[in-house]
Amino acid sequence: MKKFAKSHEWVEVEGKTAVVGISNHAQEELGDVVYVDLPEPGKEVKKGEVLCTIESVKAAADVYSPVSGKVLEVNKNLEEKPELVNESPESNGWLVKLEIVDESELSDLMDEEEYRKFCESEG
Amino acid sequence: MLIFERSRNGRSAYSLPPMDVPESVLDMEPHLIRKVEPGLPEVSELQIVRHYTELSRKNYAVDVGFYPLGSCTMKYNPKLNDALAESEDLSFLHPYQDEADLQGALELMYNLQNMLCEITGMDAFSLQPAAGAHGELTGMLIIRKYHKVNGNTHKKKILIPDSAHGTNPASAAMVGFEVVEIKSDSEGLVDVEELKKHLDENVAGIMLTNPNTLGLFEKNVSEVVQLVHEAGGLAYYDGANLNAIMGIAKPGEMGFDIVHLNLHKTFSTPHGMGGPGSGPVGVKKFLEEYLPVPLIQEGEGGSYTFKYDLKHSIGKVRSFYGNFSVLVRAYAYIMSMGAEGLKKVSEMAVLNANYLRKRLSERFKVAYERICMHEFVLDNYPVWKNLGVKTLDMAKRLLDLGFHAPTIYFPLIVKEAMMIEPTETESKEELDRFAEAMFRILEEAEKEPDILREAPKTTPVSRLDEAKASRHPVVRWRKEEERGS
Repeated sequence: MKKFAKSHEWVEVEGKTAVVGISNHAQEELGDVVYVDLPEPGKEVKKGEVLCTIESVKAAADVYSPVSGKVLEVNKNLEEKPELVNESPESNGWLVKLEIVDESELSDLMDEEEYRKFCESEG
Repeated sequence: MLIFERSRNGRSAYSLPPMDVPESVLDMEPHLIRKVEPGLPEVSELQIVRHYTELSRKNYAVDVGFYPLGSCTMKYNPKLNDALAESEDLSFLHPYQDEADLQGALELMYNLQNMLCEITGMDAFSLQPAAGAHGELTGMLIIRKYHKVNGNTHKKKILIPDSAHGTNPASAAMVGFEVVEIKSDSEGLVDVEELKKHLDENVAGIMLTNPNTLGLFEKNVSEVVQLVHEAGGLAYYDGANLNAIMGIAKPGEMGFDIVHLNLHKTFSTPHGMGGPGSGPVGVKKFLEEYLPVPLIQEGEGGSYTFKYDLKHSIGKVRSFYGNFSVLVRAYAYIMSMGAEGLKKVSEMAVLNANYLRKRLSERFKVAYERICMHEFVLDNYPVWKNLGVKTLDMAKRLLDLGFHAPTIYFPLIVKEAMMIEPTETESKEELDRFAEAMFRILEEAEKEPDILREAPKTTPVSRLDEAKASRHPVVRWRKEEERGS
């Protein structure tokens, strides 16, 4: 089940692995993505720190890590096809896989319904 | 069509008389001699004239129409300044000429240094930097050197408000500083409480754009500068928006240690899309020794010389003495406007912006609305949410209606931002015409939004695929036989 952060990232946990991407709402606001600056595997990030940067025709935006962990794998497809972030933000356009260290960090993230309400209130 | 595509083998725009001197062979290392033809276009004189005349007709410029590109100060640049900069007396000077031969040019630069000191309240100016961001870089190099000389190499943090010019973080990062963003408060100004949280012994300085990119004057500027000074940091003033405050407020009196100006913007050189620019940097007395060399000084008997012996100079930041032709234009502009004239420039720039803001606020949402300085920002998020039309679509439609588009999607703190800077040189009628065009666009958004989504239709090229251009840039033309490889 996906969990969402207030900074518009999603995370989906399978065992010790967390897949991270940006939400559909976030890609709509960003506009056409032209480049994703992905981290090196092995990099360690804390929850709330910058995980990677996404460049769109509008701006360069930081993506914050919704959980702490070590980068296991990055979505190599984005190097050639950054538009995947627009076309399929919550599936094929995933950004990074992390090895998570503290599952309890997930508890203060929102579920899909809570996130939808949060976006409405923000707009 | 590119001029290369008009090229036909053997065609030329000149005919030379038979050679009446003996041919000589180049005495050079063989590897330095070109082995293939340079591939220049082969066209007739008429083709050249038509080609470039056509390009100029496709161009949009301040001399053609209203150009409210926020933060860029696209004002009219008096032709007198161009005429002076192009005069043979000045444009045929060579930078390697003796100082004795250059006295007029040196006097001009010396006087300009002093005028910029007077306008900004600083003590010394270097005219070297070639553009605004280059001035920022120079300022950051001075801050780094200053802390190094004073044994404070741990000072690595540069504070930058989120309403600063977009180049500020890049300039600080290029010098190796760690950039810390300071959030704006609910009024769109530097949040002083937020600033305090980031002040510690590692602070090297702050870069403040004032008025900021929302077009708002930082009313707490003295307190902000004082707090940074107390933490041992230097205060840097991004003077790119000087057009709003000339003759009214001085960065030096606000407490700033370093300031850069964009001469090409505020002091009238045609600019945009690559220059030429000029970004002089001014400092307080205690930083004079750090400026790039050479400065111009007045010697004995009223002669002028280059001054190279600055103890802590960061060195040269550009060849020779900066973009001299831009300095000439700025000097001519300041001399012809006079002190009262420059003050009037700022008053009218602010008046025009407020007039247009007030008119547009009848139908549009203005971000952080109150009396603004030289520019203001529309928040078009409601238009997108309610009508499904983006700021981008509205900007493209403005092209159809005969205007240059405002700056869009900046500053980042306003969603669907549209940043409008009318400048002092536009008439009330022109501002009204623009306001009417914006109202028409809003009506189209309500009734026929596809007109906006498909705009522009009347320009030489229709809507460009910006995403594709960024994802797969083609940055140079290749001959057909070279392509595909």
